[in-house]
Amino acid sequence: MESFLAALLLQAGYNAALVGIGAALLGFAAGAAGTFLFLRKRALVSDAVAHATLPGIGLAFIVLVALGGDGRNLIGLLAGSAVTAWIGLICVEWMARRTRLSEDAAIGAVLSVFFGIGIVLLTVIQTLGTGRQAGLEGFLLGSTAGMLFEDAVLIAIGGGFAVLATWLLRRPMTLVAFDPDYAAASGYDVRRIDIAIMALVMAVTVIGLKLVGLVLIVALLIIPPVTARFWTERAELVIWSAGALGAVSGYLGAAISASAPALPTGPIIVLVAAALFLFSLLFAPARGVAAALIGHRRFQVRVHRRQGLLALTREEPILEPYTLRLLTAEGLTRPDGVATEAGRAQAAKVARDEHRWEVARDIHQDAALTGRYDGLTPIEEVFTPDEIAEFDRRIGAPRAIEGPA
Amino acid sequence: MSPDLTLAAQSGQPAPAAPDLAPLAVRGLTVSYGETPAVFSVDASFAAGAMTAIVGPNGAGKSTLLKAALGVIPRLSGEVTIFGAPIDAARDRIAYVPQRASVDWDFPTTAIGVVLMGLYRKVGLIGRLTGAHRATALACLDRVGMAGFAERQIGQLSGGQQQRVFLARALAQEADLYLLDEPFAGVDAATEKAIIDVLKHLRDEGKSVACVHHDLATVRDYFDRVLFLNVRRVAEGPVETTFTAENLNAAYGGRLAATHIDELQLASA
Repeated sequence: MESFLAALLLQAGYNAALVGIGAALLGFAAGAAGTFLFLRKRALVSDAVAHATLPGIGLAFIVLVALGGDGRNLIGLLAGSAVTAWIGLICVEWMARRTRLSEDAAIGAVLSVFFGIGIVLLTVIQTLGTGRQAGLEGFLLGSTAGMLFEDAVLIAIGGGFAVLATWLLRRPMTLVAFDPDYAAASGYDVRRIDIAIMALVMAVTVIGLKLVGLVLIVALLIIPPVTARFWTERAELVIWSAGALGAVSGYLGAAISASAPALPTGPIIVLVAAALFLFSLLFAPARGVAAALIGHRRFQVRVHRRQGLLALTREEPILEPYTLRLLTAEGLTRPDGVATEAGRAQAAKVARDEHRWEVARDIHQDAALTGRYDGLTPIEEVFTPDEIAEFDRRIGAPRAIEGPA
Repeated sequence: MSPDLTLAAQSGQPAPAAPDLAPLAVRGLTVSYGETPAVFSVDASFAAGAMTAIVGPNGAGKSTLLKAALGVIPRLSGEVTIFGAPIDAARDRIAYVPQRASVDWDFPTTAIGVVLMGLYRKVGLIGRLTGAHRATALACLDRVGMAGFAERQIGQLSGGQQQRVFLARALAQEADLYLLDEPFAGVDAATEKAIIDVLKHLRDEGKSVACVHHDLATVRDYFDRVLFLNVRRVAEGPVETTFTAENLNAAYGGRLAATHIDELQLASA
């Protein structure tokens, strides 16, 4: 625990502090840049892009060594990974656009083929004299052991550019993700904006290779936006909340892994992000599972309340004990089931809305709202005043509802 | 020297065809999916300050015509001009209302958020959306009777309400030409009335409106002009003279029952 706190406060040594800051920056960039990937429903393309970095790493190493340089030069390796990632992305785009293959099939093909080539290259490199200490397999799951100041700077600069580009393109990307036809009709080049979304994802993938590795970077691109989506109905807030969630995951994950010797950084970061996701899934207001359960419970109450009130308007006895308890607790009936003054007034309103709903069902033959044509949601929340006025016009003047004799 | 040539010499080179200044003019527009043309060599010119219905059977290429004119889908051939200018010079003068089906309804945005999208071009990439923009958007929502639903997530609205929000987004663009793809499909009667009122108001302000329309019974009440389309152009002109049984039969190829045609308030041919 102490070592965790120390890591949290950047007191656990130079390397741990670098890793923590780098992971937070990477998390922010990944969350923000991954948002439109998620909103455009192309999350899995990033998996293909990430796996397509591996042959680039191998090739870059071979080229660097052949040129007499240091095969472990990070910038050189990342540049190589960017090249093959781009080729992989173009392959997916081309197959989905020009052949009869669907995008998921294209993703599967590119992912496995590129990854296979990468593994072959890495195996070949192992047999080279210089390859033995290269540590290239660290790019699979990330490694923080040799994290240098320059690496953190690289993440900061690359991530900064990715966030800036996300901010700059947020409106065109929102349009394309929400309503591509409208975006095209407004003069936006949908294809180029789609490529920009993927280029951002690729940039984040490449700068994240060192820290979390190509297998897990996808999680940092996808989980934070999905988590953020639980909390807000506004695209712009999804971007920045996803960035914040990614940063928190990165920082916390790095601190946890620094506090114990055997905990790998990348996977721990992903697990922290997953924990935040799980919490949101369960407890987010409006969209969470708990909210859905509570909503269901409230719905049940409304059903019983309405049926009880309708029974009152029809002067029928209320038979179900739960209904009677509910109405009595609200002061709408006496415990023997006889309506109070307030109960009669409420019953009249329910009866009137019932008529309005009947008319509404007649007028609206529209599936989107069928679930809400229930007479339970206050009608004013579902229809505009002019729509309700139209229902009332069809119903005629209000009628008095007789109280129970 | 023949007299013809003398004439040509006197009037200079034969003048190029005067540019069509109509709000939307297409010449020889052809679109195909694979090798089947969806729209074939259509010439059409939409009149300014009028409401035009684009009418034809399913698969006649009505939506395709609009989408291809706007560059949403690629054209095989043909020219498009907007007020006499190429389309990319006139984007700010067009507002498009796509079919409702083209949208991701679970998208994190609200009714007012959708209307604000209509201002994105005006605001640019780095401009800020200010309170004034929100006020504009709210005013547009109010014009379609949706001001009270501004903060509702877009998927929680009924089909008619969604259509109203889309119309409000088009209004926010303050365009001169409004192109709507089946605005009345699957909407309730109150929404249909709200939409047609707004469109007629636009027309009275001198704007031009064209709708892909499928309800033949309302063509006469709603529109000034009609374009009959069935892959090719069948007929075009004022509703009074063009909305005839003959043209209907030509466009629908006998797919309309005679009794149905009798019920329409047709122009006497």
